[in-house]
Amino acid sequence: MIPELGHFSLIVALLLAVVQGTLPLVGAQTGNASLMAVARPAALGQLAFIGLAFASLAYAFLTNDFSVKNVASNSFSQLPPVYRLTATWGSHEGSMLLWVLMLAGWTAALTVLSRRLPAQTRARVLGVLGLVSVGFLAFVVATSNPFERLLPPPADGRDLNPLLQDAGMILHPPMLYMGYVGFSVSFAFALAALLDGRLDAAWARWARPWTTVAWVFLTVGIALGSWWAYRELGWGGWWFWDPTENASLMPWLAGTALIHSLAVAERRGQLLAWTLFLSIATFAMSLLGTFLIRSGVLSSVHAFANDPARGLFILALLAVVIGGSLLLYAWRFPRGGAPEAFGWVSRESLLVANNALLLAALATVMLGTLYPLFLDALGFGKVSVGPPYFDAVFVPLFAPLLFLVAVGPLTPWRQGSAATLAHRMRWAFVGALVLAVAVPLAQGDIRPLAALGVFLGAWILFGVVVGLAQAPSRGSGLRTLPRGYWGMQVAHAGLAVMVLGITLVSNYQSERDVRMDVGDHVDLAGHRFVFKGATGHPGPNYVADRATVEVTTPGGGSFVLYPEKRKYNATGAGMTEAAVRTGVLGDLYVSLGEHLGGKAWSVRVYHKPFVGWLWAGGALMALGGLLAASDRRYRRAPAPAEAPA
Amino acid sequence: MKRWLPFAAFTVLLAFLFAGLWLDPREVPSPFIGKPAPAFTLPVLERPGQTFSPAQARGEPWLLNVWAPWCRTCRKEHPFLMQLAASGVRLYGLNWQDQAREAAALLAEIGNPYVLNAVDQDGRAGIDWGVTGVPETFLIDADGVVRAKHSGPLSERVWNRKFAPLLQGKGS
Repeated sequence: MIPELGHFSLIVALLLAVVQGTLPLVGAQTGNASLMAVARPAALGQLAFIGLAFASLAYAFLTNDFSVKNVASNSFSQLPPVYRLTATWGSHEGSMLLWVLMLAGWTAALTVLSRRLPAQTRARVLGVLGLVSVGFLAFVVATSNPFERLLPPPADGRDLNPLLQDAGMILHPPMLYMGYVGFSVSFAFALAALLDGRLDAAWARWARPWTTVAWVFLTVGIALGSWWAYRELGWGGWWFWDPTENASLMPWLAGTALIHSLAVAERRGQLLAWTLFLSIATFAMSLLGTFLIRSGVLSSVHAFANDPARGLFILALLAVVIGGSLLLYAWRFPRGGAPEAFGWVSRESLLVANNALLLAALATVMLGTLYPLFLDALGFGKVSVGPPYFDAVFVPLFAPLLFLVAVGPLTPWRQGSAATLAHRMRWAFVGALVLAVAVPLAQGDIRPLAALGVFLGAWILFGVVVGLAQAPSRGSGLRTLPRGYWGMQVAHAGLAVMVLGITLVSNYQSERDVRMDVGDHVDLAGHRFVFKGATGHPGPNYVADRATVEVTTPGGGSFVLYPEKRKYNATGAGMTEAAVRTGVLGDLYVSLGEHLGGKAWSVRVYHKPFVGWLWAGGALMALGGLLAASDRRYRRAPAPAEAPA
Repeated sequence: MKRWLPFAAFTVLLAFLFAGLWLDPREVPSPFIGKPAPAFTLPVLERPGQTFSPAQARGEPWLLNVWAPWCRTCRKEHPFLMQLAASGVRLYGLNWQDQAREAAALLAEIGNPYVLNAVDQDGRAGIDWGVTGVPETFLIDADGVVRAKHSGPLSERVWNRKFAPLLQGKGS
C-alpha cells in the first residue's frame, strides 16, 4: 500500500510540475498576477508530494519490503539500517527520485528566499524550474518507476552493492546531486533574464549566491566521492579519470568559471552575456553528466544503468532543455551591461583568463571522456583514454591558472599596475621558491613536477596572506572585511592546500606488495609493519578475515591496524576493506590481498604523504563558498531597478 | 552568426551522443574473428568419460557459449538460449571455471539448451579463446573459423544484429 502511495504521489507531483511550468510563465508574459502567484503553492506542493514519495521508498527499504523490485535488487535483510536507508538512492530509480527531490527542494528554497525579486522575474525563474521538473518527473514515472512490484516477492533481497556499503557513500550522492541540481537555479535565472529581455548587474547579484551554494555542494560531493574511492577500492587511489568522475568534474569546472564570471557581472556589470551563457553551459554539463552515467554510453567502473530507452529519454530531455535554451540565447541575444572596458592588468582581465583556462580544461576533459565514443561512432574502432592523457593535458592548463589565482585578488578592478603587483608579491615569490626547493629536498628526491606543485601551492597561500594583511579594508583589522572577501581567500587557500596534497602524494608515495606469514615484517617510510595473523570475524551481512598489523613509527610509538577481506553473504562478493591511519603529514594504508595458504596472506602497505590535505583543501574551498554566499550584501534589499538596462 | 555557435556545437554533440546509445562500450572486438577456432580437448559434462574438441563440431555453423553456474547474467540469457536451441541452432557450452561442479545439477533444474558442455574447470581453454568474463558467445562457421563474438548476455536484439545476418549470408 505504501509503495503505491509513493507512486501516486509522484504522479501528483508531476501534475503540479506541469502547472508550475506553464501558468506562471504565461502570467509573466501577459502580466497576469494571479497566474504568476500559482508558482509558489505549486512548488511547495511538489516538494511535499515528492518528499512523500521519497519517504515511501525509504520506508519500503527500512522495513525490508522485498515485494518492491527496487528493494529486492538493492537491499538485504541483514543489511544494517543505515545502509538500508542509503540503499534508497543506491539504485538508478532511487537516485533519480533523489534528483527530483533535490530539484523540488531547491525550488522551494527559492520560493521562500526570493520575495525581493520582481514578481515577473520570480514567476519566470520558478516556471523554468517547473519545466525542468516536468522533464525529470516524467522520466522517473515513465522509465524508472522505483515502486515497481515483484510478484511473487522473493524471500530475501540481493543486497546493496558492497562497494556502496561505506560511510562515504551515505553523503556522497546527496551532496553531488545537490550540486548538479543546484545549477538549475542559475540556469533558471539565465532563462528568466532572456525572457525578461533585461540583463543587468542586479541579475548577477540574484543568481550569484545560489550558484555559489550549488558549487559548494558539488565540491563537497566530489571530495567525498574521492575519499570513498580512496578508502574503499583498496589501492589508495583518489582520482581515476573515470568517465563517471569526469561527469562530475565537468560541471564543477564550468561552475567554477561561472562563479568567477558572476563576480565581474555583479561588480562591474560586464561580461553579462557571457555569464548568462555560462549559466546555461554549467547546467548543460550537469545534464550531460547525468546522461553519461545513466545511459551507459561510456564504459566505466561504476556503469550502473544500461538501458537505451532511459538513455534516449535523458538525451531528448537534454536536447529540449539545453537545445531550447541555446536557441533562446541566440534568438534573444542578450545585450546590455556596461561596455567592456578594462586594462590588460586588471581584475577583469585576470578573471577572463581564469574563465579561458577553466573552459580549456573543461574542453580537454570532455574530449578525453567522449573521444572513445566519437571514434566508435565514426567507425574508427575502440580506444580508451586513460590517466596519462589527462595528466599530460591538465598540468599545463592548471599551472598558469594556479599562478594567476594568487595574483587575481590583489589586482584592482579596471586598471592595475604590474609593477605594484610585483612589489606586493615579491616576498611571496621568494618564499614559494624556497619552499619549492626545500620541501622536495626534505622528501629526499627533487622532481621538477613536485617543485612546480609546491611552488604554486605556496605561492597561492602566500598570496592569501598578502591579501589579508594588506586588505583594502575600510576600517581597521580583519574583522571588518566583508564575508565575500573572506570566502574568496579561504577558498583559494583551500585550493592551495589541495594542490600541495596532490603534488606531494603523487610524487612521494611509496608502497610494498608482500607475502606475509605470522611474525613477518615489512619496512616502509621509516615505519615497521608486523603481521600478526588473520582471524575470522563475522559482520552483520558478511564474514571477514581480519588481519592484525602492528605498526611501529620512526619515533618508537606503535599502534595496530585491522585491514579486512570481506565476503558478503547475499552475493558472495569479496571486498577489501583497507585500514588507514590518518595523519597531518600523511596516511599509512594497509590492505589485505589474497589468502596464500597456511597463515600467509598477500599484504599491501602504502605510505601516502599529505594525502589528507587533498580533502582538507576541498573542505576549505567549500567553507569559503559558504562564507561568500552568506555575505551581507545578498541579504540586503536589492538596489532599485535603475541599473543601466 | 556568433550567437548561433553554441547551438550548432551542441547539435553536433547531440548527434554523437545519440549514435553512442546504440553502441556498446564494453564490446571489445575479438582478435580471433576470421581466424580458426582455438583448439582444446575437454571432458563432456553430459557424458562422463567422453571428450569434446571444436574440430568435432565442423560441417555446420555452431555457437560456443561460455558460461558458469555462479554467473548471474548467464541466468538472464538462459531463456533465450532455450529458444535458440528449440529453433535448431547448434549451441555448445563451455562450462567455465566451475570449481564447485554445480553445472549438471543446475541444467537439470532449469533446462539444458546445449548439444553438450565442455568442462573447462581451470579456465585454460577460456584463456585461449580470449574470454574476459562470462557470458560470452562465439559464432564458428562450417569451416571452423570464428565469425562473431558477443560479450554479455545474448538477447533477441543482439542475435538479430550480430549473429543472424552472418548465418543468413552463409545460406544456412
